[in-house]
Amino acid sequence: MAEKKSTRQAYGEYLAKLRDEKQELVVLDADLSGATKTNIFAKQCTERHFNVGIAEANLMGMSAGLAAVGKIPFASTFAIFGAGRAYEIIRNSICYPKLNVKIALTHSGISVGEDGGSHQSIEDLALMRVMPNMTVLCPADAVETEKMIDAALAIDGPVYIRLGRSDVPILFDENYNFEVGKATPLKEGQDVTIIATGLMVGPALEAVELLAAEGISAALLNMGSIKPLDVAAVEAAAKATGAIVTAEEHSVIGGLGSAVAEVLAETCPVAMERIGVKDRFGQSGKVPPLMAEYGLTANDILAAAKKVIGRK
Amino acid sequence: MAFLEETVRGIRKDIVKMIGKAASGHPGGSLSSAEILTLLYFEQMNVDPKNPQDENRDRFVLSKGHAAPGLYATLAAKGYFDRAELDTLRQLGSILQGHPDMKKTPGVDMSTGSLGQGISAAVGMALGAKIDHKAYKIYALLGDGELQEGLVWEAAMAASHYKLGNLIAFVDNNNLQIDGPICDVLSPYPIDEKFAAFGWNVINVDDGHNFPKLRKAVEEAKQVVDQPTVIICQTIKGKGVSFMENNAGWHGKGPNPAEVEQALAELEA
Repeated sequence: MAEKKSTRQAYGEYLAKLRDEKQELVVLDADLSGATKTNIFAKQCTERHFNVGIAEANLMGMSAGLAAVGKIPFASTFAIFGAGRAYEIIRNSICYPKLNVKIALTHSGISVGEDGGSHQSIEDLALMRVMPNMTVLCPADAVETEKMIDAALAIDGPVYIRLGRSDVPILFDENYNFEVGKATPLKEGQDVTIIATGLMVGPALEAVELLAAEGISAALLNMGSIKPLDVAAVEAAAKATGAIVTAEEHSVIGGLGSAVAEVLAETCPVAMERIGVKDRFGQSGKVPPLMAEYGLTANDILAAAKKVIGRK
Repeated sequence: MAFLEETVRGIRKDIVKMIGKAASGHPGGSLSSAEILTLLYFEQMNVDPKNPQDENRDRFVLSKGHAAPGLYATLAAKGYFDRAELDTLRQLGSILQGHPDMKKTPGVDMSTGSLGQGISAAVGMALGAKIDHKAYKIYALLGDGELQEGLVWEAAMAASHYKLGNLIAFVDNNNLQIDGPICDVLSPYPIDEKFAAFGWNVINVDDGHNFPKLRKAVEEAKQVVDQPTVIICQTIKGKGVSFMENNAGWHGKGPNPAEVEQALAELEA
């Protein structure tokens, strides 16, 4: 059994590691620093951690102002409040002037679990992706989270990093290379390509094994960079396998599935299936039964792969 | 004093001319805040139009971003860019957007226009200055109708919590918003008591078109080190143009050529 760690935990720990190296880095939170794990940074660097209270709009507005005077703010809260409630502040005060704010939101998707549908953001990728100047990243594990923070720091402009609450297996080692705008091939295959992001990469790896057991050869791409999307990799996968399955812990509307569909429809139409939340809200529950209820398991990916191969 | 009076007269004329040329824009709130901007840029702020990105400069955030023509006229008068640019207001490709754009206009320190967001950014800027132990100050200008935005009060709470004595905000209290008198739409009064309750140092100026009174308020505010200051200025919407004064109808429309001519004649007189 692989070691597990949530991406929010990896985020908090890595911020603390960056404390000395990145003097311009400041961290802002909205009364959720224990949950977003920015309290790990706060414990080591009180003078550069600011709790703005339960005020997500001001969290984003203040972050914009800090960036305007040369700081590199990391703004954190839950995805539902950051991407949802504070959407228009991100749009007009951060993206419009292309300010150097990193928006790292935790508790994305239904894997929030027991808190239920009011707290499960299934729209944040769509909301963040539609804004000009925004880069959208979604790590699959703790290692990719660290690599994405490094990549975000190399960008002079807004970046959204989508983080999760639940522990997920550590899939990659330190040699893992992440590049903004590049997909990472995890498995080679001929019959179908699965394109997964975030915590769906784990079930996708399982699905590849299940498919292999049935004699189906599936390729797997980890698409951590939702925007910019690796268009070339999507086109190459469509041409090579003629069938695509996307998998994300997000609404099928507006996220990875939509982004891939946009590429396929324009340049390389092939059969496609989207694994994701099917235009409905989440609900309370433990994470494994929730993932099953919403069709986000390895078996769901397996079924979608077989279905899409049948449509070739 | 004559210099400031002459400068603000020129700024008012430029406001009227550019909005007339663009045939759209917000004259009322630009004219009501002209003295505040003039005093800041021509006397109080440490700024250099030849070095608009100087990291030690004072910053100004036009939280009521629709008063952009007032800011543009002031920046042009100060020498940030050629006054001829004012004729391009709101046109395709112009450096002078309908609302302030820090990436397009030299001298604009923050992109604004969506109400409530400017003051929030100003609080972030003031916090940034404070943690870097920089001496520069952050000035912000809010509308009175803008105070209806909840974000203003989130920002106000944070500013006093972080003891941002380097933040000085003005409220252009001209009493009118698009849909009518602010009291009829949704009263923000008592403005002074609200800011005081949020932990701000409050200064009331009974005539926001009077330079000595504005100067006294700003100099008083500069002495406060551990508290943000708000200077609430009683102003006249459309100040200086008889048919625009105290008329909500002139919140957001451009005068026609005859109206421009009459306005300029009044401002010359």
